[in-house]
Amino acid sequence: MVLRRLFRRQAEPDIQIEKGLEKTRRGVFSEITKLFDRSEIDEELYEDLEMLLIQADVGWDVSQQLVEELRAKVAEEKIVNPSDAREILRLEMIRLLELATRNRKVKILQRGVPFVILVVGVNGTGKTTSIAKLIHYHQQFGRTVMVAAGDTFRAAAIDQLSVWGERLNVPVIAHQQGADPGAVVFDAMQAAHNRNVDVLIVDTAGRLHTKYNLMAELHKLRTIMQKTVENAPQEVLLVIDATTGQNGLVQAAEFAKSVEITDIMISKLDSTAKGGIAFAVARELGTPISYVGTGEKATDMAEFRPDTYVDSLFFGEGEGF
Amino acid sequence: MFETLSDRLNETFGRLGKKGRLTEKDVDEAMREVRRALLEADVNFKVVKDFVAAVRERALGQDVMRSLSPAQTAIAIVNEELIKTLGAEQVPLNVPNKPPQIILMVGLNGAGKTTHSAKLAVHLRKGGRNPLLVAADVYRPAAIAQLKSLAKQVNVAVYDEGTDANPVNIARNAIQFANGRGFNPVIIDTAGRLQIDERLMQELVDIKAAVDPTEILLVADAMTGQEAVGVAETFNDRLDVTGLVLTKMDGDARGGAALSIRAVTGVPIKFIGTGEKLDALEPFYPDRLAGRILGMGDVLSLIERAQEQTTEEEATRMQDRMLKGQFDLEDFLDQLQKIKNMGPLSQLMDLIPGVGQQLRQAKTQISDDDYKQVEAIIRSMTVWERRNPDRIDHSRRRRIAKGSGTSRQDVNKLLSQFKEMQRMMAQFGQMAKKGKMPKGMPKNMPFDF
Repeated sequence: MVLRRLFRRQAEPDIQIEKGLEKTRRGVFSEITKLFDRSEIDEELYEDLEMLLIQADVGWDVSQQLVEELRAKVAEEKIVNPSDAREILRLEMIRLLELATRNRKVKILQRGVPFVILVVGVNGTGKTTSIAKLIHYHQQFGRTVMVAAGDTFRAAAIDQLSVWGERLNVPVIAHQQGADPGAVVFDAMQAAHNRNVDVLIVDTAGRLHTKYNLMAELHKLRTIMQKTVENAPQEVLLVIDATTGQNGLVQAAEFAKSVEITDIMISKLDSTAKGGIAFAVARELGTPISYVGTGEKATDMAEFRPDTYVDSLFFGEGEGF
Repeated sequence: MFETLSDRLNETFGRLGKKGRLTEKDVDEAMREVRRALLEADVNFKVVKDFVAAVRERALGQDVMRSLSPAQTAIAIVNEELIKTLGAEQVPLNVPNKPPQIILMVGLNGAGKTTHSAKLAVHLRKGGRNPLLVAADVYRPAAIAQLKSLAKQVNVAVYDEGTDANPVNIARNAIQFANGRGFNPVIIDTAGRLQIDERLMQELVDIKAAVDPTEILLVADAMTGQEAVGVAETFNDRLDVTGLVLTKMDGDARGGAALSIRAVTGVPIKFIGTGEKLDALEPFYPDRLAGRILGMGDVLSLIERAQEQTTEEEATRMQDRMLKGQFDLEDFLDQLQKIKNMGPLSQLMDLIPGVGQQLRQAKTQISDDDYKQVEAIIRSMTVWERRNPDRIDHSRRRRIAKGSGTSRQDVNKLLSQFKEMQRMMAQFGQMAKKGKMPKGMPKNMPFDF
């Protein structure tokens, strides 16, 4: 079964993304649209655009690139109408994100083999809440889901996950706090296999990407998984907080070094943050951003789509929905 | 991943050629780089603008100090201005007219409020106080369990009313509870909230009205981007925040958010969180953060990491052995392990000022794989061999090469390099004894490169 096709079929998430992103439109992004609401293209336009992009955490390098490309295109195609320039910028931004999304691998769910998702990230990005969303997401397709409480470090992380497990009615495989996450993962892999579970989601403790030992531990978890399922984890999901600044790029790069990340989720997009770091990540690493988290409920998740992201965050208008 | 400001300024001035005085053109070029470095460190756009304008004014026409290059002069000015903006003095916690001291912890989701509530309790108890933690986060699943579990680890009392109670009532009742039992200070852990969530922001305003806190600490993640200012402004407008706690500073985020918040709200930074352990809370040093925002290396952090790996006695013992020429391969292996625990080599190098740049220029590749071979060779030796590297003969060398999957040349190379190192260490020891070198090696360094 090709998972991606199924992902596509699900139309509802766009409604969620719109709701979550609504709040952000009041900020910088309606300003970007306003910016092009003028009679001619002048130097001030470029300067203000650069400022707005940087304010959105797009970062210095990518902002420069976008502005320069726009400048070049405008000159090349002799564009005089600001609204045409706006469309060029919009397409440029979408194209940048597509650089990454097209790297997204086709995921295959095999009967009798658990599809294992390893969820990683720095502390406080919302890994556990994101897992609740993933559970709900896969349940919508009628898949059976199991969760492994691999965060044995943070106080009460296991309790937090168990609360979600109860709410969403999925089994949570857990040991005690302080236990070896490797042992939890091993048990969960066995249990998932024996009970014929379709999807196993593995929580991990938040770790700063600079902690060498903790990053090495992720690698070990992967080895343990492969004892039961040869190609596990089929998905390694990095959760990045939308309010993160330029450090988000370093985070993604370091996590990618330790465990081959296959997908990224940008969480907390219901805040006023613009998640501009997505552009830098797409350009520098090419790791596909696959999901966005837009709230605290299990249903607050959407599939990432470059055009929706750019339209709702940066131009604040309807076409994408 | 990001080039440091000092690298860039060196490059810029290198291009311009050395001059005795900073001309307007020099300064403008330099300011471009300053602006970029600050933006990459996540300092807010508007703050950068004002800051660069201030620095530019000071730098114009400035004489280049005799001992410094133009780049160094520019960095010195930027550094001084940064420290000035960050607040040169350490601001202590407010002391109330009458006890108890009430500290309200507020912030966005995932900033680290619960962990830092517990850290603060530990910190204050060290000063002989009897703190009470209050669990007022009734929303996030298991938040109360988390606070209780942390408190139990460090043996601090917790007041909670479960998840069905109203946070305002919990706070009010907690103060009564504390007054009755002599707890002071009272630290209230609140739920994470978005600054645009009107209902939850009102809840904080109500808690503030109900308990009249001595201190309202905004807990902010060092990795926060441009939005930090908006968040801090809103919290400050609604609550009159009295201090900032900057968390996750043990990562490699430059921490520009702190500069923005301080510049825009004037709220002093009171503490920084530097690790997951509950004693990892430190007073704030503006000079350190300034250096970090500029990416100037952070020797102090390096030393701290080294200290985590060893004890004072252990370090002294090791130093003695080194200076007496008794340092053997067993000791070497031990040191190697300790360095490995400190993090990847490339990252450690970045902490040493100037080294990052020189290495990049020399295109030297230092990789952790180099350790691996050395380690494999040493691990293929018996303990006797490690203690007596001089006595490893040809047949032993052959065996070691086989055991470690290397060649005999590799083993020979390691042994002769080690011998050379031993000899140099002993020489240092002699010099130190004769007083030629005032003090041997920096204390507490597990291994001196």
